[in-house]
Amino acid sequence: MAAPRIIVVGGGLAGLAAVIKIAEAGGSADLFSIVPVKRSHSVCAQGGINAAKNLKGEGDTTWQHFDDTIYGGDFLANQTPVKAMCEAAPGIIDLLDRMGVPFNRTPEGLLDFRRFGGTLYHRTAFAGATTGQQLLYALDEQVRRYESEGKVRKFEGWEFLSAVLDSKGVARGITALNLRSMELQSFPADAIILATGGIGAIFGKSTNSVVCTGSAQSAVFQQGVWYANGEFIQVHPTSIPGEDKLRLMSESARGEGGRVWVPRTSGDKRPPRQIPESDRWYFLEEWYPKYGNLVPRDVATRAIHKVVYEHQLGIDGQPMVYLDLTHIDRATLDHKLGGILEIYEKFVGVDPHQEPMKIFPGMHYTMGGLWVDFNQMTNVPGIFAAGECEYQYHGANRLGANSLVSCIFGGFQSGPNAISYAKSLAAAEGDGGHAAELARQAEINSKLLNNQGTENPFKLWRELGDTMTKHVTVIRYNKGLQQADEKIVELLDRYRNVNLSDRSQWANTSFAFARQLKNMLELSRCVVQGALLRDESRGAHYKPDFPDRNDEKFLKTTKASFTGDVAGPRLELEDVDTQYIKPRPRRYDASK
Amino acid sequence: MANKTIALEIKRQSSPDAPAVWEKFELPWRPGMNVISAMMEIAANPVTADGQPTTPITYDSNCLEEICGSCAMRINGKARMACSALIDNLEQPIRIEPLSKFPLVRDLQVDRSVLFENLKRVKAWVPIDGTYDLGSGPRIFPQVQEVNYPLSNCISCTCCMEVCPQFNEDTGFVGAATIAQVKLFNNNPTGKVFKEERLRALAGDGGVQECGYAQNCVEACPKQIPLTNAISDVSRDVLIQKAKDFLRG
Repeated sequence: MAAPRIIVVGGGLAGLAAVIKIAEAGGSADLFSIVPVKRSHSVCAQGGINAAKNLKGEGDTTWQHFDDTIYGGDFLANQTPVKAMCEAAPGIIDLLDRMGVPFNRTPEGLLDFRRFGGTLYHRTAFAGATTGQQLLYALDEQVRRYESEGKVRKFEGWEFLSAVLDSKGVARGITALNLRSMELQSFPADAIILATGGIGAIFGKSTNSVVCTGSAQSAVFQQGVWYANGEFIQVHPTSIPGEDKLRLMSESARGEGGRVWVPRTSGDKRPPRQIPESDRWYFLEEWYPKYGNLVPRDVATRAIHKVVYEHQLGIDGQPMVYLDLTHIDRATLDHKLGGILEIYEKFVGVDPHQEPMKIFPGMHYTMGGLWVDFNQMTNVPGIFAAGECEYQYHGANRLGANSLVSCIFGGFQSGPNAISYAKSLAAAEGDGGHAAELARQAEINSKLLNNQGTENPFKLWRELGDTMTKHVTVIRYNKGLQQADEKIVELLDRYRNVNLSDRSQWANTSFAFARQLKNMLELSRCVVQGALLRDESRGAHYKPDFPDRNDEKFLKTTKASFTGDVAGPRLELEDVDTQYIKPRPRRYDASK
Repeated sequence: MANKTIALEIKRQSSPDAPAVWEKFELPWRPGMNVISAMMEIAANPVTADGQPTTPITYDSNCLEEICGSCAMRINGKARMACSALIDNLEQPIRIEPLSKFPLVRDLQVDRSVLFENLKRVKAWVPIDGTYDLGSGPRIFPQVQEVNYPLSNCISCTCCMEVCPQFNEDTGFVGAATIAQVKLFNNNPTGKVFKEERLRALAGDGGVQECGYAQNCVEACPKQIPLTNAISDVSRDVLIQKAKDFLRG
């Protein structure tokens, strides 16, 4: 039998990790990516990667890491895969170190570790403040090595459009669009792994990269893959608002001692450094004495909202608070946080060594995603998922520095699992559904190109982003969620009237975007309707009308399936695996 | 203030064979705009300054925080990243063109895959035995990490190649970015097993000897990578390697 052929879609950490394992196991991997894989969104991760290596004499253990992750996720994550991830994490750090990641070191030449949110241990390995970049490059280099040995084929500049399913509903390949020639093609495979990242674009502006539209997830969702816990969206407490996007200011700033504060009096016009300590309100330290500035992100984000909107204490009446590093010496800052300080200085024009930064919460991470089993396979045979695009490791709120480890771990699981699945796969009947799927995609393309409407897709997208940001981020009311759902239905209707200002067949970015937009709209309904259904508050999902966690009704995974009906997805609730750690109240104002 | 606008001139080319034309745009000014947000505005309202309908601009971009390396272009004559090009810091009209040293795809999009091919040529990776658990990596002192980390910050934007007078078809020069990666991997305790091969790959035509020390690369690098130092160090190592190979006959 020929070596199994696996298609991996997405070349961030999860996709590259899957490809490496496939190549190493003798399989043959075809890697599809919109951008050259070295430019994938993983490159943006800043602060670090968690692993209980216990190199600081604190008695840290993988069990502690597991407990912090489950507790931080408000008990919504299935515990079996999370436990396995935390146990694998120290080995993953060693591997990355062997691959040449320039992690910061201790004087003795060992790996250095820093503090991050939601834990009391130094558990985060880091390479300056550009850890994601360094990890992505290390995996990219290993994949380039396999590529030069002929074990991996890269299809960069191709966008995934759909899975090819045979008459029994088994995946037999994909269809993809060449973003230069606009050529539509189908590619055969014995299994496919989606590693297509987060869905930031449905919120208009977020900390995500341009390619993080969720289009691929939505495409397979519309083909029958379940979408789980869509309502769990992480809003990072510290981002820099911008005209084109929200730029992340890493949690590592607080891990290295950064302090969040506002002037105690509203309308205090003094420059921040002239405001004496006694006139500053370090509200996180006051409210959460044990964790201080390092409470989990959902907690810090709600606290900032409260200070700005209830206490009316935003700087100059604006929705902004200070993130202050000016008390830390320059050498330490440059050595450990150089990359993010440079971002602030370049994009805001103010030196954060000298002046406290002005920050505000911004949409950052997608905890929910494609439903997968403990082998990373979705409910559609042959479609696997790994990384941010699946739902499995972070429950209701992700802890900082757990995303990089979950991407690599998930990728490492999915690759070998896809191979063993493929080895026992029966041959497809006929062409495995390729011709039919190509024809379906060709029809969508031709309809879109020839549509004579009046709606600009980029304007529709802005309206979607405004609605999602207003109603479906930090604070959620059923009335607002209802309005958001109605708005999306309206936008889906107007989408039928979309007009491309560019109808050419060469590097047509509006065409590719318009296809993504349809998928964004469909996926948004999973987020909104999941939030509507969940009448409780848990992790990042907060409803003031239902302020408490309700385990009896909602210690459940939300599972959405596509109906094609105007009412939107069908939702059901699935039990959560809580076999190792019994759910207990989650509070950060005291020891857990 | 309410009616303040910004002026842009963008070089358009609908395909590699099509003629290039300049289009003028006038857009509403907003605080904190960068070149990318201006192009997003054009996509939402694709009309030129004289009211003619046009198409959204084709350009590469992704992270918009100067770490993915996608959006390199020439802005007012300077090769730089469009995301970190803040409108308020630029002289108007802002003239935007594609990089000139790479095959044009469309508008501001060019094909920079030559850099990734060069990285294959010099084996820019650490040849690990496998991804199974083999325990801790080698000890590396902070002093070594502090040399390697800046080199490892290269975002493959190719600005250094665009501005280099020697980077052209005649010389086949690999450019500063690749040479810096050779220094990085030769400096890794495991990566240096390929040191000789990498140096030989840079020893002939198109190798390190093509560098004319114009020092444009280090000026243009958005990540302040010490490129000229890397070129000097690698040049010296290449010479030593050549001498060794000569003596070995």
